[in-house]
Amino acid sequence: MTGFLVHKIGPACTIQDQGRPGYLDKGLSRSGAADPLALAEGASLLKQAPALAALEMAGLGGVFEAESDIRIALTGTQMQVDLDGAILAWNASHQIKTGQRLTIGPARNGVYGYLHVGGGFDTPFTLGSRSFHLATRIGAPVESGDRLPVGPDKTSITGVCLDVSDRFSGGMVRVLRGLQTPLFPQPVQERFESTVFLRGQRANRMGVEMTSSGDGFVANGQLNILSEVIIPGDIQMTGDGKPYVLLPECQTTGGYPRIGTVLPCDMALIAQAPAGAEIRFRFVDMDEAIAAQKAFAATCAALSGNVRPLFRDVADISDLLTYQLVSGAISATGDMEDWG
Amino acid sequence: MNRPSFPIIRHIGLNGLLVTFADTLTEPSNRAALAFREAVEHASLAGVEETSTSLASAFVRFDPLRLPHVRLEDALQALLDERDWYDAPLPGGRRLWQVPTVYGTDLAPQLAEAAEVAGVSPEQAIAELSSTRVRVLTIGFAPGQPYIGPLGETWNIPRQSGLTPRVPEGALVVAIRQFVLFTAPAPTGWRHVGQTAFRCYRPGAEQPFALTPGDEMLFVPVSSAELERIQNRNTSGDGGALIEEIPS
Repeated sequence: MTGFLVHKIGPACTIQDQGRPGYLDKGLSRSGAADPLALAEGASLLKQAPALAALEMAGLGGVFEAESDIRIALTGTQMQVDLDGAILAWNASHQIKTGQRLTIGPARNGVYGYLHVGGGFDTPFTLGSRSFHLATRIGAPVESGDRLPVGPDKTSITGVCLDVSDRFSGGMVRVLRGLQTPLFPQPVQERFESTVFLRGQRANRMGVEMTSSGDGFVANGQLNILSEVIIPGDIQMTGDGKPYVLLPECQTTGGYPRIGTVLPCDMALIAQAPAGAEIRFRFVDMDEAIAAQKAFAATCAALSGNVRPLFRDVADISDLLTYQLVSGAISATGDMEDWG
Repeated sequence: MNRPSFPIIRHIGLNGLLVTFADTLTEPSNRAALAFREAVEHASLAGVEETSTSLASAFVRFDPLRLPHVRLEDALQALLDERDWYDAPLPGGRRLWQVPTVYGTDLAPQLAEAAEVAGVSPEQAIAELSSTRVRVLTIGFAPGQPYIGPLGETWNIPRQSGLTPRVPEGALVVAIRQFVLFTAPAPTGWRHVGQTAFRCYRPGAEQPFALTPGDEMLFVPVSSAELERIQNRNTSGDGGALIEEIPS
């Protein structure tokens, strides 16, 4: 057996890759990693294809025993991690020997951490992807006692690290206007743009609640809008005018109005914002959006070139010990609002 | 606000264009969307990654770094100009599904409330909902889950402002002249008026998606006891439905 035996696991750990495009007409959203940049970072650290599957860990990791020699990389939100008691660096790759135990604890800042393995996790392939998808009942959250098989590893490099962009504490995200933006009166759009939102307690892979004090953001004819195509990044207002930003496992159509759509390159910041983090939205035009997306593509393309050897740093290690429990429970299978 | 004129091409996010044929559900606009999406697929434009339809729109997902917005918009406009899409024929190979349905009772507890909002008696509501032959207008929201309609103007009722925490798989819910037949247990803002044993999505089956846009449906009233008998003897997921081909 090549892979990990799972001894303990957090409540929302699932296998994810780049998702399952091509089934929108059957009502299947793409799914895939909530933080695609983390997937790209893991691939760079292990010098392998970004299409390979990783373990996505929301809020809390688990205890994994290596049943073979395995290369790993750790990306996404920083989590408490040790290998047989020795602390490991995050955003780095490491060699693990057969029989060693990897313990991944709570997230320190953001929401989603990723465990990558050399060769990728070799779990069943369904409709072109290994991504768990709750609504399609494809796959299941990882449970203790599970074995996570690892595919053939063609490379041997480990002990490298990567400086990553900070996307784990909220911030400003860019938004494109769309077909339903005009349904929101101009003063509502302006108030939306000037409001400092807090990421709410309700969040899973379908979407993330944004809370604010004051009135909701209500469109004209809010309850009678024809159901229309929706995509990840859409900012949808539920019946009481509360925004939810949709994530990769969102439904494919819905009837609640969208005030706009977050740029794909800013979606990691939404997905990784912990409960209580401040989020602001800024409308941009298409030219600015295309330029931002191009810059993001260039950043992803440059990741491999930015990988550098890992040196232990005492200051980093002491910092790693100041952990903060993630607030705001995340569940892989918990209920979400219906936005139909 | 001025109402847009149709058909209209609009943006959804960075990499989506939506071609909409009406802002209300009409039979011709639904047909136009289905036919236009087929035409976009046949055009095989480089940079187009995926297409789908909603009730009255065709959706195109593309890579704007390969195919600039203006070029795709021009291509879609040229396709729009090719014919009267509201006059396009429905897809071939359609089927009629007659699905046994319990209206009201504790299985579908919002029938009386929906009837009151619609301004009819519960008996009249059942008579209307069960005798209207409706079409699968689109598949969406959840895997294989149909939006079905149109129902008569009586049923142009809004969604609830609150949410029903959970309706079960096979629940028939109503709002804005449409039914939705739920694929899986879910919270919803639509009112739960009927319950079926029909499964829209059948994981692992050779045909995991039962319904296709263009199919027609009738929700035939049965008793709770009859539905229970159907559930006990039927494992196919059809929920006792009678299925027949519609001649084209």
